Amino acid sequence: MNQSQPQQGVGSSRGVRLEDINLSFGKTHVLKGINLEIESGEFFAFLGPSGCGKTTLLRLIAGFEAAQSGKVIIGEQEVSHLPPWRRELGMVFQSYALWPHMTVRKNVAFGLEERRLPRREINRRVDQALDLVGLLALSERRPNQLSGGQQQRVALARTIVIEPKVLLLDEPLSNLDAKLRVQMRLELRQLQRKLSLTTIFVTHDQEEANTTSDRIAVINDGIVQQIGSPIELYDNPANLFVAKFLGVANVIDGALVEADGQVYFHSSDASVKVPINGQSAGSASIVFRPQNLTIRRQAAKPPNGATRLEGTVDHKEFLGSIIRYRVKVGRHFVLVDKAHQRGAEALPEGAPVAIYLNPEQVIKLVE
Amino acid sequence: MVFSEYRKHPGQTALMALIFLFLLLFLIIPVVKVVFVAFMDATTGEFTLLNFKDFFSTALFRESFWNSLYVGVMSVVVASLFSMPLAYFTSRFEFKGAVIIQSLGIIPLIMPPFVGAVAMMMLFGRNGSINLLLDDWFGITIPLMEGLNGVIFVESLHYFPFILINLSAALQNIDRSMEESAQNLGCSGLRLFRRIVLPLAMPGYMAGASLVFLKVFDDLGTPLLLNVNNMLAPQAYLRIASIGIKDPMGYVISVILVVIALSSMWMAMRMLKGKEYATVQKGGGGLAKRRMRPWEKTMAWGIILAIMALVLAPHFGLTLLSLGTIWSFSVLPDAFTLNHFAAIFAETPEYMTNTVLYSALAATIDVVLGTSIAYLALRTKMFGREWLDYIAMSAVAIPGLVIGIGYLRTFYGYQVPWLENQPMATWWVAIVLALSVRRLPYALRACTAALQQVSVSLEESAENLGASKLASVRKIVIPLMGGGILAGFVTSFATAAVELGMTLMLVAENSDGPLAYGIYVYMQSAAGRGPGAALGMVAVLVVGLCTLISHIVIDRRQKKYGLEPAT
Repeated sequence: MNQSQPQQGVGSSRGVRLEDINLSFGKTHVLKGINLEIESGEFFAFLGPSGCGKTTLLRLIAGFEAAQSGKVIIGEQEVSHLPPWRRELGMVFQSYALWPHMTVRKNVAFGLEERRLPRREINRRVDQALDLVGLLALSERRPNQLSGGQQQRVALARTIVIEPKVLLLDEPLSNLDAKLRVQMRLELRQLQRKLSLTTIFVTHDQEEANTTSDRIAVINDGIVQQIGSPIELYDNPANLFVAKFLGVANVIDGALVEADGQVYFHSSDASVKVPINGQSAGSASIVFRPQNLTIRRQAAKPPNGATRLEGTVDHKEFLGSIIRYRVKVGRHFVLVDKAHQRGAEALPEGAPVAIYLNPEQVIKLVE
Repeated sequence: MVFSEYRKHPGQTALMALIFLFLLLFLIIPVVKVVFVAFMDATTGEFTLLNFKDFFSTALFRESFWNSLYVGVMSVVVASLFSMPLAYFTSRFEFKGAVIIQSLGIIPLIMPPFVGAVAMMMLFGRNGSINLLLDDWFGITIPLMEGLNGVIFVESLHYFPFILINLSAALQNIDRSMEESAQNLGCSGLRLFRRIVLPLAMPGYMAGASLVFLKVFDDLGTPLLLNVNNMLAPQAYLRIASIGIKDPMGYVISVILVVIALSSMWMAMRMLKGKEYATVQKGGGGLAKRRMRPWEKTMAWGIILAIMALVLAPHFGLTLLSLGTIWSFSVLPDAFTLNHFAAIFAETPEYMTNTVLYSALAATIDVVLGTSIAYLALRTKMFGREWLDYIAMSAVAIPGLVIGIGYLRTFYGYQVPWLENQPMATWWVAIVLALSVRRLPYALRACTAALQQVSVSLEESAENLGASKLASVRKIVIPLMGGGILAGFVTSFATAAVELGMTLMLVAENSDGPLAYGIYVYMQSAAGRGPGAALGMVAVLVVGLCTLISHIVIDRRQKKYGLEPAT
């Protein structure tokens, strides 16, 4: 994309508010009481596994699905009962949905023609949009003469040219190869910043969501599990689903017990004991990330204040930058990442090891 | 809950209601009427099974019933004999003859069987060219066109492409790995064919075979023109035409025709259930092909040329007949002339103008209905949308003859208000409506296939950018369906142009008749054969051209937009 373009802010950008959205397809309850507020100019992601309802929610905002109850509010206006063509939202479809019988220019001009703008104005804005995505030279081509990345840009240009109130992106990167995906998500982010356009981005890929978004709503089973910035979600997941869906997590079930004025977490087989801040409250789980653990040969000296777990190496995987060990601790398996240094040797499978866990890195989840 | 969609989309609801009304008036009521009359006592008007008892206690009807079944089954057998070697050659071998086989699969379809029937009589009949030559040289004759044999011969020659096309497609869709893994596990040769190839190709074969049976069983024109009257369809026609629309036997036969047609479709569907194998994996399908050995090649060419000669025989005979002066008890016509063509254009041009008018109107109705039904069925959640599709498609199983009889019975009592002495049933508009109902399934399938190729998101993105429902249908959906709709129009047009069974029932005066009717009328007398054949040539030309156009249009559309072929 062309970085040297003059600032082209979309003054029409609006926030989005969803109030108590319920939607069923037949007997399947797809969206269950969704409440959300997206700030104007924010880059917001709906993140969740396939079938969680995130795309349905996006299509609901765009007006392609109708909820049984609830309100969709764009800016100050409730749009729940407006048809898609009256909502002035720009949606980029997963398949791009470029019309094969029109040239790139015709595709991009379509929305403006529907708005009955004067021809000269249409041409100016189409040129500007195509220039913005760096495709001005290809404007007379047909969509099937373009590469995947180019088609993606046309779809984007076609959408932003109407200066939508909100930009809706439905898994826009999923049809691109890995390298192009990384490049396009950067471009998407830069474009969004430049236009300061409220953007909702649907994805099942946590890395995509983390790298692009200001805030993320993690959705599962038709329910918003948690909303927050990527780091908030990663560090303080509200529940097990969020903890496991964002990154790799060790989860151990057990109970909180109080001894000598200090609360400890005890795993059910008593192999893991960790001091915890807070009150004792019966059964609970703890979550900790593999990269926050230190793994040593048993003989080594423990770091200050760390809790020590003992086990044996069950399995190891070399992932390039790290070696990931699966260590059997009591009845549990704990994943431990160790940064790999050139020439360092991996611990052999079956070796007895000690794992050191800093209590500050432990997330407590009470059911 | 289910009905809330109606309130939300008044436009679509109105469209649906209109289409339903059309189908009710011009398809459901006439057909129901036929069934009704078949079970009604002609004098008291009460329910009775007596008509059916009468039917089965009459020797002529029993004979006709078995004859029709026999002809249907034998035509499938003979058509299979034609198709199987051809399908085998194309799917098994690297073979130059494949192109010829492909065209063999189209040529018969551009001429309805009744058109070539008389010409086949001139070539293969008792006193036809071939038997005259055989008698002359060897003192033998072959009774190829005697009685039912003639019907079976003509019908199977015309309809075998249905089996050929479906069977070849099925064979081509078998993934090579299916065969290779069987070989890997120790299976080969005939055993491999029986255990793997044949079961996988069976659904395709069954689809083709049931279609052939259906077409042959319902055909009225061919037996009539070959003067074979002891079959069901001719009996129904003759009863109505000679005794009148009050005679219940025509209706009883109609019900039997429909029941047999439906049950053959149902049986084919049952046998296919759960067997629609899509086995082609990525990286190329089709069985392993090899080059033919020289003797195999000779044999293959021999078979292909023989079948080609037979396939082209009706066209050849028709050409001779249309250009010959007198052709009787001789191998070839006495002399050649263009008078027959001059005659049809000078004396009965209305057959051609009527055809263009009727078929164009019927095809227009079909694509409008087809596009609307396809859209309602695929793109809306309107309650009852599938039923619209089912009802429209059900016309496939209703023989034209039955629709014709139903129209006569239903609309005969009504007068066209602004025309004197014009019963609605025999008004030319009734022919157009009947044609459109009868050909609607073809147009509907074409439109559905075209719409399926247009992804929903193409329409949604237009709505998202500010185009209303109607605007996005008009600017995006229809242009993208365009070629498919045109192909549907052309197919409807071509098949409507040569529909005989129905027009025979509904045409009251010669001046209202279309091409097919004209061919039939001319062919009744020996003197009319020349002009009849000339009309037949025109029909072949029209259908052939239309077929060509539709192929080109579909092909170009797929290339232009990079669309996947519809399934």
